Amino acid sequence: MLLNPALAISAVLFTLGVLGVLLRRNAIVIFMCVELMLNAVNLTFVALAQNLGVGGQVFVFFVMAVAAAEAAVGLAIILAVYRHKQSVSLQNMNLLKDG
Amino acid sequence: MILTFFWIFGVSAMGSALLCITRKNPVASALWLVVTLFAVAAMFVLLDAQFIAVLQVLVYAGAIMVLFLFVIMLLNLGRPGPSDIKGPLGLGVAALLGAALLLLLQPLTRTTLPSAITLPPGSVLALQQQQGIVGSVAYPLFGAYLIPFEIASVLLLAAIVGAVVLAKRKL
Repeated sequence: MLLNPALAISAVLFTLGVLGVLLRRNAIVIFMCVELMLNAVNLTFVALAQNLGVGGQVFVFFVMAVAAAEAAVGLAIILAVYRHKQSVSLQNMNLLKDG
Repeated sequence: MILTFFWIFGVSAMGSALLCITRKNPVASALWLVVTLFAVAAMFVLLDAQFIAVLQVLVYAGAIMVLFLFVIMLLNLGRPGPSDIKGPLGLGVAALLGAALLLLLQPLTRTTLPSAITLPPGSVLALQQQQGIVGSVAYPLFGAYLIPFEIASVLLLAAIVGAVVLAKRKL
């Protein structure tokens, strides 16, 4: 009953996350948009778990563990980059671009 | 009734996600993302995943977002400055790609599951009645998914060590 609305909402949330990644230059905001996309997928897992068994809910647990690890390492990388460049804007991170 | 509440939380999740990606101030973005995470947690409750909803509030809205806010405050990014949102060209490209993605995902809204793999209605609820809400997630987690669980613990250890190594100036 709730399956199709849940899938529709998670599709919109995922698209908003992708839009955020495409639209922003601030590395931290882009990171938050990645978390938003992970959450949209979690919603899909939980919605399908209602009909297909609790394996989906177990998978949400793993997605959260990976998201926590990703946030910890990613924010540490952003801190390290900030120390070098005094900025978190992705415009200033073009070391590999200039040949 | 449940459907109405589901749509209320869904619309608030989508609206606050939209505000999250359009606010100039990263702190405002982070706080709107917290609203989205809470609305998604409420949807988890309506989808019979109460334990996952509690985890969502504790881990996502609690731990991960506090980590984000700490880093924003540590780098002093909350002060007003030039907007980091891309100009008209970037906006056009993003709108085009977003519309294409929505078009691709749109068949999800009228999908039907094949009956061969669908459990009989109410069987997940019956399992939760029988094993408890936490137990229904914990039994498969420590049974069929034991090896992925152990790998996740190693991953978290690696993340802790990696974060310390990256964030420290000199070891």
